[in-house]
Amino acid sequence: MSGSKKMLGADAVLRSLEVEGVETVFGIPGGAVLPIYDAFARGSTVRHVLARHEQGAGHMAQGLARASGKVGVAFATSGPGATNLVTPIADAWMDSTPLVCVTGQVRSHLIGTDAFQECDITGVTMPIVKHSWLVQDVEELPSIMKAAFHVARTGRCGPVLVDIPRDIQEAELSFKYPDSVDLPGWKPPTKAHPRQIREAASRIANADKPMLYVGGGTLNGDAMAELLELAELWRLPVVTTLMGKSAFPETHELFMGWPGMHGPKWSNYATNKCDLLVAVGSRFDDRVTGKLSAFAPGADVIHLDIDSAEIGKLRHADVPVVGPLKQILHGITAELRKLHATGARTKTEPWLRQIAEWREEFPLRYAKGGDFMKPQTVLETLQALTADRDDVIFSTGVGQHQMWAMQYLLCNQPRTFITSGGLGTMGFGIPSAIGAKAARPDATVVCVDGDGCFQMTCQELATATLEQLPIVVVLVNNGYLGMVQQWQSLFFEDRLSQVHLTHQVPDYQALAEAYGAAGFTVTSEGDLEGALAEALTCGRTAVVDCRVDPREGVFPMIPTGAAAIDMLEFQDPQGAMA
Amino acid sequence: MKHTVSVLVENKPGALARVSTMFARRAFNIESLSVGPTERHDVSRITLRVDCERHSIEQIEKQMHKLVNVLRVSELEPGEAVERELALIKVHAPADKRHELVALAEVFHARVADLGADALIFEVVGSPEELDSFEELVRPYGVKEMARTGRIGLGRSSATTTPLRKQHV
Ligand SMILES: Cc1ncc(C[n+]2csc(CCOP(=O)(O)OP(=O)(O)O)c2C)c(N)n1
Ligand SMILES: [Mg+2]
Repeated sequence: MSGSKKMLGADAVLRSLEVEGVETVFGIPGGAVLPIYDAFARGSTVRHVLARHEQGAGHMAQGLARASGKVGVAFATSGPGATNLVTPIADAWMDSTPLVCVTGQVRSHLIGTDAFQECDITGVTMPIVKHSWLVQDVEELPSIMKAAFHVARTGRCGPVLVDIPRDIQEAELSFKYPDSVDLPGWKPPTKAHPRQIREAASRIANADKPMLYVGGGTLNGDAMAELLELAELWRLPVVTTLMGKSAFPETHELFMGWPGMHGPKWSNYATNKCDLLVAVGSRFDDRVTGKLSAFAPGADVIHLDIDSAEIGKLRHADVPVVGPLKQILHGITAELRKLHATGARTKTEPWLRQIAEWREEFPLRYAKGGDFMKPQTVLETLQALTADRDDVIFSTGVGQHQMWAMQYLLCNQPRTFITSGGLGTMGFGIPSAIGAKAARPDATVVCVDGDGCFQMTCQELATATLEQLPIVVVLVNNGYLGMVQQWQSLFFEDRLSQVHLTHQVPDYQALAEAYGAAGFTVTSEGDLEGALAEALTCGRTAVVDCRVDPREGVFPMIPTGAAAIDMLEFQDPQGAMA
Repeated sequence: MKHTVSVLVENKPGALARVSTMFARRAFNIESLSVGPTERHDVSRITLRVDCERHSIEQIEKQMHKLVNVLRVSELEPGEAVERELALIKVHAPADKRHELVALAEVFHARVADLGADALIFEVVGSPEELDSFEELVRPYGVKEMARTGRIGLGRSSATTTPLRKQHV
């Protein structure tokens, strides 16, 4: 942009968003952001979606970011508005989601005086942001906004916070959005070392039992096409973590499921018995590895990541490659092509056959029958109804339903599985679905939620209906904080403590209708497909209350601290397989 | 094993807090930390003494590099760097012990910074190990109070300190 223009700080915030190409933001106004909201009222190309809780606004911004790969933006007032954003910020930090949070602050001269609605939000969030700014001079506002977007989306993605005192919003500046950032200390890697890429390629070429262990960094690094190309060229099997889910087409013959605590046994076998583990934007999280020292014990490790601090943090890397994953994967593929030209050939066919045998031997299992519909049946039906569509995005809450969603929903398109992996935030599902819908109005967005999670953020159904951001909530209603119940049952002699929610209260169908959404109650398998199909096609926000077996467990399962290979398996009470 | 890490940071509000918060959050232990100006008005130097394994000093350095205000991180290798610290030590010093104490102090080039009726304050500059020895020597006389700055250091004039890569491998 050339030339500068006189305007208020509040207007400068919106002009900055416009230059950044932001289309939709989420937030709730309050005293310390009144000037910014007045700027919204005076007009902007940026759409503001009014949430019902700032946590919802933050998760919506995350959902938008996860569905689109763009930076999500959330607004809140000072004090309680800002503290309500803490959970989404922590969530975005753990899951490396690019997020810019803009908060109002009390007037500059009141900072430090315990003024009304004053909270040191830059202090509170310091351990969970990539960086934050407390704006002290209105003239710095454009360069800070530019820096905020730059830091959020470069290097390893993550949240940043811009705290703007009210007097700064009201002060005048001459606005000129800078073309570049002035951040002498911010130099994320832009180019991987060619020698390391060659070394990685030659190890892969020589491996008998390689495994690509793909994490969320692949989606953040927009390296899905490069991953597919590499896997297909050298016939490399792929597993994805919960965060990496949808980075690789899940009905592809080279896709081997999801390793970790509730991954299928065959996926964990394949991950743990490989001889070369290629970590692609994944971080050896304890929910994936189980007992770390027993994780893929026979494997050498190639670790590809944009964040050098992940290399060797938990597992030694024999070949570290630091840089943008898109470039690294492309580079490895190019090297393998050269090797292929010299006569080298992949050796993975016997290994792929071995994994296929495990897949046959250890399928996901559950037992039907009994008084209740099974939660797994809900997910299988949802999968069947959406299998031939490439315009469906799923989000989830946190708990058993999340794990069943991981196990039974097959995502072939990138960025179509949005879940809280690192922080495990209950209530993430509904608002993140709304954010995804804002990013992808063409898509059908389905939130697979638990009854506990639903009750943490269901007020955002009002946002969905009133802002014309329709989502479908498939409520896996087991009447319990199911995941906690499962742990109490397995590890505390079935002494259930404070986990019973009941199937009936609240009446979810009535609640949905109260919010202007369509409500369905499904108590038997016979009604399931019809209700889900109608919800998926009605074009409105819909809640399908699926009342399922209150005592179903998620299996298989790696107990915490156990080796991944020692999974607890599903025990069929009737001894029959289903 | 102990390490001295020298960190150049932008002289911006919160820069020190960000560094120390990162240490606290990653459960790294800081033994001493000192911060002050450098030859550039817009840059400060933080010198940290940390006790950890080789593996975690690398983690510390890499995590520090990711902080936006951090310009450079380098480890001061023993022998390759000059490290100094200043201590003020208030020692119980009745008239009959004073001569003895002052003689002792001379060995360490400690200066008497203040003199009271039955106590005096020594000001001593040296390597942290020298300060430890001096403190040990005066302890039998009764140390009433002590303040130490924590170490600061610079790589030797002959060798530049190894700057740790902003970009790894
Ligand atoms: C905000 C928050 N509080 C508590 C927990 C601990 N927790 C993990 S799963 C879970 C139960 C979730 O219940 P529900 O949404 O009904 O899902 P279900 O496991 O029954 O499918 C709880 C309480 C959490 N992850 N997040
Ligand atoms: Mg439940």
